[in-house]
Amino acid sequence: MNAAVDISGLTKAYAMDGETVHALRGIDLEVPEGDFVSIMGASGSGKSTLLNLLGCLDRPTAGRIVLGGEDVTTLDDDRRSEIRASRIGFVFQSYNLIPQLTVLENIEVPLYYQGQLDARGRQRSRELAEMVGLAERLKHRPTQLSGGQQQRVAIARSLVNDPRFILADEPTGNLDSATSEEILHLLLELNAQGKTIVMVTHEPDIGRLGKRIVRLHDGEVASDERLDTVEVRIQKSEVGSRRSDAEGHSDFPNP
Amino acid sequence: MLLRWLRTWQVGLKSLSLHPLRSLLTVLGIFIGVSSVIWLLAIGEGISLEAQRQIEGLGANNVIVRTIKPPTEVTEATMGILPYGVTRDDFSRLTETLPTVTRALPIRELPRRFSYGGRRVDGRLVGCTPEYAEVTQLRVERGRFLSDADLHDKQNFCVLAHETGRRLFPFEDPIGRSIRIEQTYYIVVGVMKHRDPSSGIGGSLAGQDYSHDVYIPISTLWSRIGDFIITRRSGSFQGEIVELSQITLRIDSVDHVMETSDVIKDTLARYHRHQDYGVTVPLELLEQARTTRMMFMVFMGLIAAVSLVVGGIGIMNIMLATVTERTREIGIRRALGAKRSDIVRQFLVETILLSVVGGLTGVLGGLACRPVINQLREGIARVMPEAINQLPPVIKAVQPVIVPESIPLAFGISVTIGIIFGLYPAMRAAAMDPIEALRHE
Repeated sequence: MNAAVDISGLTKAYAMDGETVHALRGIDLEVPEGDFVSIMGASGSGKSTLLNLLGCLDRPTAGRIVLGGEDVTTLDDDRRSEIRASRIGFVFQSYNLIPQLTVLENIEVPLYYQGQLDARGRQRSRELAEMVGLAERLKHRPTQLSGGQQQRVAIARSLVNDPRFILADEPTGNLDSATSEEILHLLLELNAQGKTIVMVTHEPDIGRLGKRIVRLHDGEVASDERLDTVEVRIQKSEVGSRRSDAEGHSDFPNP
Repeated sequence: MLLRWLRTWQVGLKSLSLHPLRSLLTVLGIFIGVSSVIWLLAIGEGISLEAQRQIEGLGANNVIVRTIKPPTEVTEATMGILPYGVTRDDFSRLTETLPTVTRALPIRELPRRFSYGGRRVDGRLVGCTPEYAEVTQLRVERGRFLSDADLHDKQNFCVLAHETGRRLFPFEDPIGRSIRIEQTYYIVVGVMKHRDPSSGIGGSLAGQDYSHDVYIPISTLWSRIGDFIITRRSGSFQGEIVELSQITLRIDSVDHVMETSDVIKDTLARYHRHQDYGVTVPLELLEQARTTRMMFMVFMGLIAAVSLVVGGIGIMNIMLATVTERTREIGIRRALGAKRSDIVRQFLVETILLSVVGGLTGVLGGLACRPVINQLREGIARVMPEAINQLPPVIKAVQPVIVPESIPLAFGISVTIGIIFGLYPAMRAAAMDPIEALRHE
């Protein structure tokens, strides 16, 4: 299997009030095609920094990230935008849909920046909306949808450019348990279809749904654990019952 | 590609329609700017065209020498008789010594009462030559104007102005009838068409009303009436000797007008002890009018430019607010693959939309200038007529003339201003760190 993502010696340091803060201190990680990696860790462990670097939104201080064979660490801003448009699908905790656009238009946004907003692209957007169960709501605005529906739009959007991998940042963080389950099932389904998924979460039950859990601590990889098959994982995760004791988490600031 | 462009504009429109009132007010700023450019220039053009038309009516090739009655204190009247004004000697001096003068018209005007049967009209008796009609742009309605033969033979022929003819002969054909002026009878040979009064220009030339004129050959006037006239004023008599009221000199080419007029002034100054004449050079006035027009235009343009800049600042203000408000959206778009240039384009499209809509409506508003001003004037005249009457005649009568260049000019400036003032907010949006922008609440 080819590596969808290959990270080596990844370091990120920020200057803050004259002091250097190390968010990542040399991370090595390889994500093969078709993998489902949950990245976990407490606040400040460096998950978000890693996600930003993986999403080509930021540049590392040292080390390199290779996405599908291309080193993205040295690329300029425009080229990184192109990589984001063509190879990465983002799913955010707060959905991040554009309020003035309709469901269909929101799904089409990445195509627009890739210059692929043609009849075929639009057809594909429609099919994806159908796939996430929103065929009836193409003309709705995000504010007219429930949280779960909005996240499904976001997932459809992340898939529209047929990305190499999907980056999910606490995708269920703002959802109730039943909806979370729906969304996670959707992600599992995508993974089963062969999509590589990297998901950041601080909730163990959700993290356990991945094929593999990478725990970060103080900017370093603390553990890298491969899990059982999907079916077993679903049984073990008990997503439904988890929520009742984890309700307080939704108030947590998103790391 | 086409779809992509379409989408860019569509998204811009959508974003603007999220805040209709805000967008409307921004557009209003540009609308006012563009309209005022067109309006101000049109009003300026209307005023200066009117002045130019009047001056051109005098003829750019002409130099006009007119008799002006001097103040009594400076003249020594012998036995209450006051001789003044341009003389026949002046006339021959000017026509004989100046080679650039191709034609000269002597004119003598007197206030007189004209009567036919029981009807009377008080008007102006004009002694003139046949060229008079052409120079003053009078057209014959019936019969003919005076001829060279009439002049030569000192005929008792007269031609009536339109109004005079209508009032003396309301039911009859005046041609061939005789009207009485003082003790003499004159046979009517023609009636002229109506001519609008000309207004005074440059101070030295009073306005002329042609409506109650009677024209006779100047030779007839000299021999029948003479130069000596008596005016009765509050019980006392005053005699005046005036040979000519006006000489209109035509110069062979426009290039010689200024030179010749200087010579004319020198010649007259030598033979006149008092300033009992005035020299009007329409070309000089025309040039003055042109400079005034330029100044006027620059001035109006400046005012209009200021209002356009204010409109531009309005755009910038709104766009800065929009950019801050939509920080999150910018972050999302960047994360989904928008380049910096895409973000710049997106916000620029919005400002261009605002300024184009403002510009287009502004052009429409500008085109409506004439009817709006006329309506306004009528409205005010109805509500408070005394306010209108106090206005100078130029403002009362001005018809704005839209300067064709002002439309693309105003529109172009508005769009340029939209782009210039929209560029900074758009660049600011593009320069945002996508991670920070995504975190923005």
